[in-house]
Amino acid sequence: MSDRPCSAEACARAVVLCRFHLNGEPVVTAVPSHWTLLELLRYQLGLYGTKQGCDKGDCGTCTVRLDGEPVLSCLTLALEVDGHAVETVEGLGVGGEPHPLQAAFARLGAAQCGFCTPGMLMSGAAYIDRLAVQDHPQVSRADIVAALGGNLCRCTGYTKILDAVEQAAREILQRSAALDDAQAGSCATEVGEP
Amino acid sequence: MTQQSSGPRGPGIVGGRHGKPDALDAMTGVAKFTDDLVLPRMLHAKILRSPHAHARIVRIDTARAEILEGVHAVVVGAEMPMRYGIIPWTPDEQALAADKVRYVGDAVAAVAAVSEEVASAACQLIQVTYEVLPALTTPEAALAHPENRIHEANRHGNVTKAVQLSFGDVEGQLAAADLVVEGHYQFHGSTHGALEPHCAIGHLDARGLLTVWSSTQVPHYLHRELSKVLGIPTHQIRVIQPLVGGAFGGKSEPFDLEFVVARLAHKTGRPVKCLYTREEVFLAHRGRHPFDMHYRTGFTKEGKILAVDAKSVLDGGAYSSFGLVTTYYSGQLLGSPYAFQSYRFDSTRVYTNKPACGPKRGHGSVQPRFAIEVQLDKAARALGIDPIELRRRNFIGENSQTINEFHIGSSGFLECLAMVEEASGWKQRWGKLPRGRGLGVAGSTYISGTNYCIYPTELPQSGVQICLDRSGRVRVFAGTSDIGQGSSTMLAVLTAEELGVELDDVRVIAADSDLCPVDLGAYSSRVTLMAGNACLHAARDLAAKVREAVATKWECTKRDVLLAGRRAQRLDNPDMWMPIADAFILAECAFGTLGATGSYQTPKEGVHGAYRGGTIGASPAYSFTAHIAEVSVDEETGEVTVEQIWCAHDCGKALSPVLVEGQIEGSCYMGAGETVMESHGVMPSGLKADGQRRDAGPGKEGLLAASSLLDYRMPTTLDTPELHAFIVEKPDPRGPHGAKEAGEGPLHSVIPAICNAIFDAVGVRIDALPVAPEKVLRALRERSRECNEC
Repeated sequence: MSDRPCSAEACARAVVLCRFHLNGEPVVTAVPSHWTLLELLRYQLGLYGTKQGCDKGDCGTCTVRLDGEPVLSCLTLALEVDGHAVETVEGLGVGGEPHPLQAAFARLGAAQCGFCTPGMLMSGAAYIDRLAVQDHPQVSRADIVAALGGNLCRCTGYTKILDAVEQAAREILQRSAALDDAQAGSCATEVGEP
Repeated sequence: MTQQSSGPRGPGIVGGRHGKPDALDAMTGVAKFTDDLVLPRMLHAKILRSPHAHARIVRIDTARAEILEGVHAVVVGAEMPMRYGIIPWTPDEQALAADKVRYVGDAVAAVAAVSEEVASAACQLIQVTYEVLPALTTPEAALAHPENRIHEANRHGNVTKAVQLSFGDVEGQLAAADLVVEGHYQFHGSTHGALEPHCAIGHLDARGLLTVWSSTQVPHYLHRELSKVLGIPTHQIRVIQPLVGGAFGGKSEPFDLEFVVARLAHKTGRPVKCLYTREEVFLAHRGRHPFDMHYRTGFTKEGKILAVDAKSVLDGGAYSSFGLVTTYYSGQLLGSPYAFQSYRFDSTRVYTNKPACGPKRGHGSVQPRFAIEVQLDKAARALGIDPIELRRRNFIGENSQTINEFHIGSSGFLECLAMVEEASGWKQRWGKLPRGRGLGVAGSTYISGTNYCIYPTELPQSGVQICLDRSGRVRVFAGTSDIGQGSSTMLAVLTAEELGVELDDVRVIAADSDLCPVDLGAYSSRVTLMAGNACLHAARDLAAKVREAVATKWECTKRDVLLAGRRAQRLDNPDMWMPIADAFILAECAFGTLGATGSYQTPKEGVHGAYRGGTIGASPAYSFTAHIAEVSVDEETGEVTVEQIWCAHDCGKALSPVLVEGQIEGSCYMGAGETVMESHGVMPSGLKADGQRRDAGPGKEGLLAASSLLDYRMPTTLDTPELHAFIVEKPDPRGPHGAKEAGEGPLHSVIPAICNAIFDAVGVRIDALPVAPEKVLRALRERSRECNEC
């Protein structure tokens, strides 16, 4: 162990510029090269919605989405997101309106202490988005269980979390099916008219 | 002080299927936990911990740490020598160990620096000279070596507490019994595993007011202990508990980091934050005590319990924590839901060189519940009685007294049994499932708060203050700690119901010692009953004033005024109404600024017996639970899968059924996890009972066996059984709207239900937890050997 293992100068020398999209907005920031994405989000960008439960990839609490895929931000180096798109819980709702997943979590009591919730929402949203691009999407409890398998919750026993993801998934699929029908209908009308 | 009765009621908020009013905060990342708070110029602290399980501190040299660039201050134990403990009778802890360390992880020094990294590096530069002592890592070793005292000041070797209580003629009843079941049970250690690691921030303002934010579930006790250890009067300290990310008993006493940030804030003049690593959370522990239990239970041939004789040794770890209470609870909480003709318990808690044990969900009574419920299952088998029927025959009854003289009020235990019996298809399926699959049942009870405060006082156990706003909003100030269980929702529900506003109109400001009246904390399942009653008192006081002011205007009696749905309304003429804000304004005109307080103090008559220790475990009201578990057992691998759990819980009245279900489901999950997956312990080592030194390998004595959430295996979605939660409501006159507890009771009997189901599945008993595959395999092999021999 050196007498001066981590001086401010050493840290300063290791700072690297990082450019990426965060919740749809471009971000340019200087970050120490050994920092994790979790550290960058919480301690530099002030996004405290993403939580730290273990800092070693065991609990899933810090889950965010990197180009749509759920990743553990405590095991992702900040510099890995350079040139990519990151989504956190703060980016989930649109225009002050809660995402259907957030609404379902609130309605069904899927959060008790709420500490695992941001990570659960990220994994849940990724599941729903994967489903939504399938040709014949089917909401399946077993798939939801697998999709959330990396996110620990100590309060709920998961029942209400699984219920909430299932309800939100059905709601979103129904909504997009209705939208497809409406679009198909309007196209048909246009084509049908001479 | 008169309690206003409730006014006429509209469609209820109490009992409605609402979520938490503030739920979206957690969903959007707005909710602030302690580590989400950042103060200007804030420093970060790290704590240096002992690498030895048992050692004397000879010398601490902090010089090299202090000169490291970025370090602002170092603190050692000698600066805070005052001993404290959550139980005032057993003060055996120091904020930082001054002369001796007692487990691997005991705190010895701390550093405040510009970053966690620098603080960690500085900790490595602190030189501590230890004189290593033999480590005692099992109760047997600690009892066998009283001369090697973990606490020199302790009077009885390494025994921290011993309790013997006897009720009735146990030996006579055992002699008269048709059947005596004798069993030996081991309950392993388990820990809380809250996902938010402990965190605290200390800040000193220019006038010398110390503010401590902490992820605690007992801000009031923290306030007192900070004052005692730091030597600062309580009025110079403000304790704020932000949102807490789970606790389960693991944050119910002061921890080193809270004293450290306070002291370092004093030394540096800057705010200081300390956040535990996950490993530190496992070291802080205060989890479920390992129990070694020997039970003898006598029955008539009809299955009536004649005698229970229980002997338990509790592995306490390095400090007393709540251990005095745990030792009493290990026996005192067993007296219902079954009537015992005679009862004796002998419990001994022992210091060991391990992380201290304390209260985990179902404090002190989960372990004996496991033993007695398996004993009952063994008796039912031996007597040829259905295990549910055997439990029914022994039910103590409502409005009864336990053999240890606790008064039982309402009890829905029989309804709980009937509900899980029906829902699980017990009658058609128990004993009839294919080999490898089985059902098991168990029942239990728990307290709705303890009748007495931890320290002797005549003061109320809970206080609530409510203020009405001219806009129609209501503010509730309460010392209660919302740790995820929903205590703030509970207060909002009770308040909204009385004052005729919606849940969203109630703002609960909780757990800030500068703003809120005292509540003792979120422990022993006390909050709904105690703070709920205090809240009702205040809300009814205000509702009476509002109704009186409206009645004066309408020239009717206040009994004719209904407050509901954001309106004040004539009961006999629904067309006559005004917005609730107008009603509040009328009341403010009539009575001045609208505020009221409510307090709760437990009843002192008709609760418990007069014998020494008879108050410990006594509660104003008791909840009741029944579980049925379904398991499958792989006889090739010994692996047990808990397939389904049915749980019916009598919470008196479900003020918020969605939240009560959440407590039942979470309890079942947690109990199932510690039955088949989780284990908190250290590397087995140290002096054995025979005085021989076990070869543990150098430097491994007392190391945590599982120090991460990967090694400590909490169930994921993939491991969790299907959970079926049922609410039974047997209102207790002592609870608000009859409500009793729901947060801890539903954990107890899931553990024996699973073990009893394993017997139903494959015919072997696993009486030593956790149920690990190798134990199941061993039991299966032993049984087949016995069968071959006979």
